[in-house]
This record gives sequence, structure tokens and C-alpha cells, in this order.
Amino acid sequence: MKPVLEVRDLTVTYPARRGAAPARAVDGVNLRVRQGEIVALVGESGCGKSTLARALVGLVKPTGGQVLSDGEPLGYSAAALKAYRRHTQLVLQDPGGALNPRQNVFDAVAEGPRLHGLTDRLDERVHTALAKAGLRPPEQFAGRFPHEMSGGQQQRVVIAGALALEPSVIVADEPVASLDASVRGEILKLILELRDSLGLSALVVSHDLGLAWNIADRVAVMYLGRIVETGTVEEVLLRPKHPYTRALLSVLPDSGEPPVLLTGEPPDPTSVPGGCRFHPRCPLRAAEQDPRCDGEDLPVLTGDPSASSLAACHLVQ
Amino acid sequence: MTAHERTTAPEGQAAPMLDVRDLRVSYRSGEQTVPAVRGVSFTLDRGQTLGIAGESGSGKSTMALSLLRLLPASAQVSGEVLFKGEDLLTAKWARLRAVRWSAASVVFQGAMSALNPVRTIGEQIREPILLHDKIGQRAARERAAELLDSVGVPSRRLESYPHEFSGGQRQRIMIAMALACRPDLIIADEPTTALDVMVQAQVLNLLGELVREAGIGVIMISHDLSVLSHMCERLAVMYAGRITEIGPSKQLIAEPRHPYTRALGRAFPTIGDPASRLAPAGLPGDPPTPSELARLSEGRGCAFAPRCSEAMDACRTDTVELWPSGPRREAACLRVLEGSGT
Ligand SMILES: Nc1ncnc2c1ncn2[C@@H]1O[C@H](COP(=O)(O)OP(=O)(O)OP(=O)(O)O)[C@@H](O)[C@H]1O
Ligand SMILES: Nc1ncnc2c1ncn2[C@@H]1O[C@H](COP(=O)(O)OP(=O)(O)O)[C@@H](O)[C@H]1O
Ligand code: SF4
Ligand code: SF4
Ligand SMILES: [Mg+2]
Ligand SMILES: [Mg+2]
Repeated sequence: MKPVLEVRDLTVTYPARRGAAPARAVDGVNLRVRQGEIVALVGESGCGKSTLARALVGLVKPTGGQVLSDGEPLGYSAAALKAYRRHTQLVLQDPGGALNPRQNVFDAVAEGPRLHGLTDRLDERVHTALAKAGLRPPEQFAGRFPHEMSGGQQQRVVIAGALALEPSVIVADEPVASLDASVRGEILKLILELRDSLGLSALVVSHDLGLAWNIADRVAVMYLGRIVETGTVEEVLLRPKHPYTRALLSVLPDSGEPPVLLTGEPPDPTSVPGGCRFHPRCPLRAAEQDPRCDGEDLPVLTGDPSASSLAACHLVQ
Repeated sequence: MTAHERTTAPEGQAAPMLDVRDLRVSYRSGEQTVPAVRGVSFTLDRGQTLGIAGESGSGKSTMALSLLRLLPASAQVSGEVLFKGEDLLTAKWARLRAVRWSAASVVFQGAMSALNPVRTIGEQIREPILLHDKIGQRAARERAAELLDSVGVPSRRLESYPHEFSGGQRQRIMIAMALACRPDLIIADEPTTALDVMVQAQVLNLLGELVREAGIGVIMISHDLSVLSHMCERLAVMYAGRITEIGPSKQLIAEPRHPYTRALGRAFPTIGDPASRLAPAGLPGDPPTPSELARLSEGRGCAFAPRCSEAMDACRTDTVELWPSGPRREAACLRVLEGSGT
């Protein structure tokens, strides 16, 4: 089956800022999201997750490679992008920032449909979207302003705004990062329900591995612009192969293992190390002293979704 | 030692370093007074770590900042904060300032806003040392360098400005500043919330080491129960301005007695636990709004009742307070009272 959303050899390079080299924020990524599937993209701050998410919805034009929707390469004309966004919606980090404080819930949710000229039976469309997002009864919420709602309700409004266009794919960038634990669970439940009831596919960006365990079918672990390990959630989180994934899991409070604290400079996309890009911080390399680690580049992972797991490392396969 | 035991402790037992009694804070806004902390009591000794958990708005920061009277003028505070026997709520400002510099320090939520953007971090670390320790510039410089190295930021970067550091580094710098005058008590308000897992683990590890070595008492606030249970030997869970459950961390996590603690615990999945796989757990509903809270404070009833899956009729009418729920633990729930057979 064709993936509903795919990227092939994607690179996004931000132009150099004074003195510095260009930032290779996304530096060779293959990724597929299949119909009805939830894929979690995890990794530490600055590794390129949001850049990849923005490229997926056409907000950032790739420097190289392709984004494909239902197998068709994405066009970047205004009309092509507009059509594409009905199909693939972005839900942003930080609901407070995503909503206009002077706009009520109805207008916030109606914004997308109005932009796309979907104005007949707008009330019904907006109310349905609100109800799907768990804001029931919708009439009670439509007139409210952001400051009259809790953080969780605000995030539901943002999600309703995306649902109003009846997309088939949602790309959600840290949809619960700014929410309380109890609310976080409610929003994640909503995303799962939408998948089950509407067959929605989703790519969910997060730095939280627990989120992947809670809702994703597959997970991709990103480090410095590349996916270093990908596979089913069970395989990657319970039997991690890549030393970076293993380190990330080991520092979780209830991992039951001694934490592997990575040292060294945080990764910098303006100077990507040669060989394996993780080598300056890799605990396995420190133990094994394999010359390939800093001497031999690794191929980009294929992102084949039928493989139970793939890891970009010279020493584990 | 729990709050309950303290009140019944025999005379002559050494007083705890910090003894907070019936602390209450309200914010005045226009005509209204909105309660934020509604009667909190606990004790803390040297070398002890107490974690405070709870949703945003539950009053964690207000409670912690009120201990050193760091709240805005709109806040009305009552109760007692006995620090080494002295009530900080009634202490003179000069005395309070001395305590803040030397004996108790705070690592604030959001390190970027707490650091002065136009001064080098070296200047900022040296300032309290110079003021309090009455040592020369050179000695202060050396101590600042030592401190910075001890938190894993190279001391050659003393003359850099806050914006030149990453979030994790800034948080370490805040910790270095908090340690500058060798305090007995550190209050850390969400010290790692904005950080990545890896950086968070580094910062917590560091804080843990420093505290163990120096025997500092720590109050650490976080909305993340798993972080607290890992770092702190005791845990207090706050809801709507009150402590709803307090006791040894491990026990609170393994066998929560209060329905809210249970819900909070489930919200942080353990990877590998089949019960949470493709089954996120939340808590329906919202915490009480400030006006609901004001109403609750006048009447009786459990503040958690509207969201509690185990609520009974009595929960809306009876007075609920912290009751013993096991050795060294207490919980504010009528079900606990029922279960204990009293
Ligand atoms: N507009 C831009 N111009 C230059 N560099 C940028 C730009 N946007 C992002 N970057 C850089 O690209 C890298 C990847 O950024 P990105 O926002 O994708 O990270 P992220 O993984 O989403 O991080 P976070 O978890 O903090 O949100 C970072 O080093 C960032 O500083
Ligand atoms: N400066 C302030 N003025 C008025 N109300 C405040 C102020 N700071 C906090 N509050 C209110 O007090 C309550 C507790 O807030 P806070 O102590 O910040 O909680 P937490 O740290 O647990 O998130 C909330 O209802 C909040 O809106
Ligand atoms: S290739 Fe070498 S440096 Fe890279 S992850 Fe594997 S062991 Fe570590
Ligand atoms: S007192 Fe009643 S409402 Fe409150 S937590 Fe216990 S069971 Fe729930
Ligand atoms: Mg991001
Ligand atoms: Mg706070």
C-alpha cells in the first residue's frame, strides 16, 4: 500500500548566519506514514524535528529530496500548497501561542474552512469539528475566548481547527508538551480516538518517549538531522539497538538501568561530525574503538516500514 | 517525619531545620481575594529532599516562593515558616535578605528570565559571594570558577553572557549561583521542566550529587511525578492549594492512597508496561477555577470531588483533611479514613 505521507532523502539547510556555516537541520531523511498509522518522531531539542514537520506540511521548502503525498510529489505553487493543506494539517506546539487572544473559538476553528472557501454550512462544520475534538456541547464553547479556557481546552481548539478541514493526515509538533500530565493523557486519547474513528494518520513530534509508548505504532529517533533508529514501538523502545536510543531510554527515571549520561557538546547542525555523526558522544565507540566510527559515513536509513527495526550504526545491525 | 507526626512529637526533640505551619496565601485582585495556598504544613531537615508535585495552578510556586517572601505585594501570606527556629514570615527585611543570600536559595522556574541578560554570568555568580562572604575580588573570582566547573560548565566561560549558553547550561549556572554561599536549603522550582530528557538527567544528577555531598535540604517542585520520585526521598502532592498526599516517594508511587495521586501516576507511562501501551491515561475535567476555589475555601467538601472517580456523597459535604494513611504517610481523602477503620 502507498504511504499517505512520505519523505525521500530529504534535506533542509538553513542559510549561514554571520560567521557560521549553514545549518543542516534535516540532513537526509527517509520516512513513511501509512494509512491509519501513528508515527512518533523523537529526539532532543534542536535535532531537526520541527524543521522536518514543517517540511512535511510544505511550510519549509526542502533543499534536497522530496515530500510525497499519496505517492505524488508535493508541488510548491500557492494553489498546490493550498490544496495540500486540506489533506495534511499541522497542529502546533504551544496552544497559547497558536491561538489569537482576540478571536473566539468559532472564528479560530472557522479560519481554515473560510480560507478554503468552505463556507456553506460553516456552523455545522465548526460544531462538528469542536465535538470531534471533545469540546461538547460545541455551542457552549464556540463563543469563548482563549483566556476563558484551560490549556487542555485550548489545545483541543487547535486540534478542532485542523479537523475542520477533514484532513486525512495530521502532523502534530509537540501537541502536549506544554500541558499538565492529566490533560496530556486526555489529548493523547483524543488523537488515538481520531485514528480509530476517522482513520486519520498522524506524525507526532515529541521529545517524550512515553508519548510514543502511549499512542504510536512506529517510532523514529532523530539525532542531528538524521533518523538513527526506526521501527515498531515495541522493537525500538524495548529492544533498542542504536547507542543513542539506548542512552535516551536509560535516563528515564524508571528505566531500571544505570543511566548513560551523554557528555560532550550538544549537537550543532552547523558542524556535523564526519563518519557516524554521533561518534563524539557515543559510549559504545568509547568502549569499542572501532575506526569506522569516525572514519566511515553511514548510509541514510531506508525508512522501510515493514522492517521491525533499522539502526544507523556500524557496530549494531 | 510527616506533618502529622510533627504535631505530636515529644518536647525536647531537635527542631527540624524548616517547619512550615498552616501556610496560606491569597492573591488580591481588584475586589476579590483568590486563595492559592490553603493551609500547607510540612517539615524538612538538613540533607532531606522533599518533592512537591501537582498540576499547574495548584499553588506549588506560590507556596515555595512564599517561604522566602518572594511574592508580589498583592499576595497575603499567613501561617509560620520556622527556619532554624526563626519565623521568616515576621522577620525583619534585613534579616530576611541575609537568609536569602546565605542560608536558603532559590533556583527559579525558567532560568533565562532569572538571569540578567546584560551582565556576564561571572559577575552574577560573584555578586552574592562578594556581598555575603566579605572576600576580595580575586578570591570571589576563584570561587566562581570553581562553582562553574563543579556544575560542568567550563570556567573559561565566566565572562560570557546568558544568551550564549544553551538552556541546560543556563539551568546549571542557576544551580551554581544557588550554591554560591553554601546554603543549608535550596528551593528548586521546576529546575528541569524546559529541558530535554538527556540534559534533564544531567542537571538532576548534578543537583543530587551536590546535595548529598553537602547535606543541603532541598524542596524540589515539578509537575513530573516520575522525576520527583527519582530525586526526592519524600513527596507531597498538591491539589487546589493543599497537600493531598505526603509520604515516602517510593510508597506514594507504588501504592498511592489518594485518587489524585493515582491519576497523576498513571499519566506518566512506564515504557514496557502493557497496561499503558496504546492506552494513554488522563484525568477528565479541569482543576477548580480561582472563583470555585474561593467558594470551596468557605465551605466543606473535597476540592477533588468533581473529578474524582471514587467520590461519594460525603465527599461534597464533609470536612477533608490530611489523615494518617500508613507509616510516615498521610492522605486527604475520606476513603482513606474509611479504609483505616477509624
Ligand atoms: N529559521 C532558521 N534559521 C536558521 N536555523 C534554524 C532555523 N530554524 C531552526 N534552525 C536550526 O535548525 C536546527 C533544528 O531546529 P528544529 O527547530 O527543527 O529542532 P527541533 O528538533 O524541533 O527542536 P525542539 O525540540 O527544541 O523544538 C536547530 O539547530 C535550529 O537552531
Ligand atoms: N502574581 C500573581 N497574582 C495573582 N494570582 C497569581 C499570581 N501568581 C499565581 N497566581 C495564581 O495562584 C494560583 C497558584 O499558582 P502557582 O503558585 O503559580 O501554581 P503552580 O506553581 O503550582 O503552577 C493560580 O491560580 C495562579 O493563577
Ligand atoms: S557507528 Fe560507532 S559512533 Fe556511531 S553509533 Fe555506532 S558505535 Fe556509536
Ligand atoms: S475525599 Fe472523596 S472526592 Fe475526595 S479524593 Fe477522596 S474519594 Fe475522591
Ligand atoms: Mg521543535
Ligand atoms: Mg509554577
